[in-house]
Amino acid sequence: MSTAAAQQGTKWWRQKPVQCKLWKGDDVVFFNERCFYIRRLPDQLGTIRFSVNDWADPNHVFNAFPFTGHDANLPLAFVSLMTFILIASSVTMVLAVHEGHNMNRKGVEKYMVYTIIGGLAFLSCQAWEWTHLLTGEHVAMIGDGTLSVLPTTVKSNPWGTPLSHEAMAAALQATPHDQLASIAATLHHEGGAHNAAMSNAELIKFIESSGLHASNAGPIAFGGYFFGITGFHGFHVFSGVVINVVMLVKTRLGHFDQRGHYEMIEKAGLYWHFVDLVWVFVFLCFYLI
Amino acid sequence: MSSQSSSPEITFHAEHTGGTKKIWRTFWLLSILTIIELVIGLFIYNLHKGDNPNHTLVLAFKGMVCILTLAKAYYIVSVFMHLGDEVRNMIMTIVVPLCLFIWFIAAFLWDGNSWKVLRNRYNGMPDNVEKVQPAAKEKGAKD
Repeated sequence: MSTAAAQQGTKWWRQKPVQCKLWKGDDVVFFNERCFYIRRLPDQLGTIRFSVNDWADPNHVFNAFPFTGHDANLPLAFVSLMTFILIASSVTMVLAVHEGHNMNRKGVEKYMVYTIIGGLAFLSCQAWEWTHLLTGEHVAMIGDGTLSVLPTTVKSNPWGTPLSHEAMAAALQATPHDQLASIAATLHHEGGAHNAAMSNAELIKFIESSGLHASNAGPIAFGGYFFGITGFHGFHVFSGVVINVVMLVKTRLGHFDQRGHYEMIEKAGLYWHFVDLVWVFVFLCFYLI
Repeated sequence: MSSQSSSPEITFHAEHTGGTKKIWRTFWLLSILTIIELVIGLFIYNLHKGDNPNHTLVLAFKGMVCILTLAKAYYIVSVFMHLGDEVRNMIMTIVVPLCLFIWFIAAFLWDGNSWKVLRNRYNGMPDNVEKVQPAAKEKGAKD
């Protein structure tokens, strides 16, 4: 603040461009560079999304929450929990930096532990969400006009436009016996062995009476971009946690007290906030719009 | 001024003695902005549930969410990353190049949209072309 205040009266072209530690100036340049690298992913996502007629509806894809069962419909709930975890861990990180400026080792340790717990909680949430999508069973019409049980992976996307009643009836007629049996098995009523013993007509009758809503298979790019971008971000969170653990150990060993300053905590903090900043945009691109 | 720039250590410590009040205020601001985003997201969800969603309204809500996200990004960078405490020239070093992003986003979305228009217009066109060519050849052979 005081550097800026000292230059208040000076015209901007007479001010020194940078009045801080050299590493901080470096980090600024590096920050910009990272922004310019990373923006390619959401930009390409935007291109792909604009180029197809049926992108997945996020409120439909991300409506699950742990321990609420399969039929819960809670759009945005889980991802907002993840967002709050990351914002909270960002706050504890900035508080750790603050304690570092006051040379308060106990305070830095306390807030670093909170930040690490927040990072691990976020990673656990992401692991759950990935598992839920990768093992999820959704009925969709695939390219050859038959219905199939699909998970959300980089190779399959069951989140297309909903099938009309007539289209679904036609697709059911075209679907072979083993696929019909596996569809019936996802409806949580009968065991697989019993389904396999039923005839096609019986299975179709059962599926139709269950009120199942199937959709077209969506563009395959969805899974690739979703797992690519959230995985890219999640890996950065993971390395941020590793960096924070190293910083916590160094703090406990008293390295920064010997050095006379806690700048390393501030550098780790800049990285952590950058990861938080990227999440804000991932949240926007995948979950909100 | 010269004495301050020659001893950045002192100014460095003076920067952050403002206490934790500002940090917590920013935390609550970010939380409130996120909650507003969620409420708008649920609005969009309910609009999509209807048979004929009003596309202008959906687009307006999405635009609002984008603006709120930019506000969140501003608070994270300026308060949490302490960029707001730097001298103006350093802030500009970051912000001015980021203006290119406006063009990036516009260009990439434009590209995607033209791709979609072409896809929808010419879907099935290659089939027609193939059907016509053998017929023309046969005709030529007979003649």
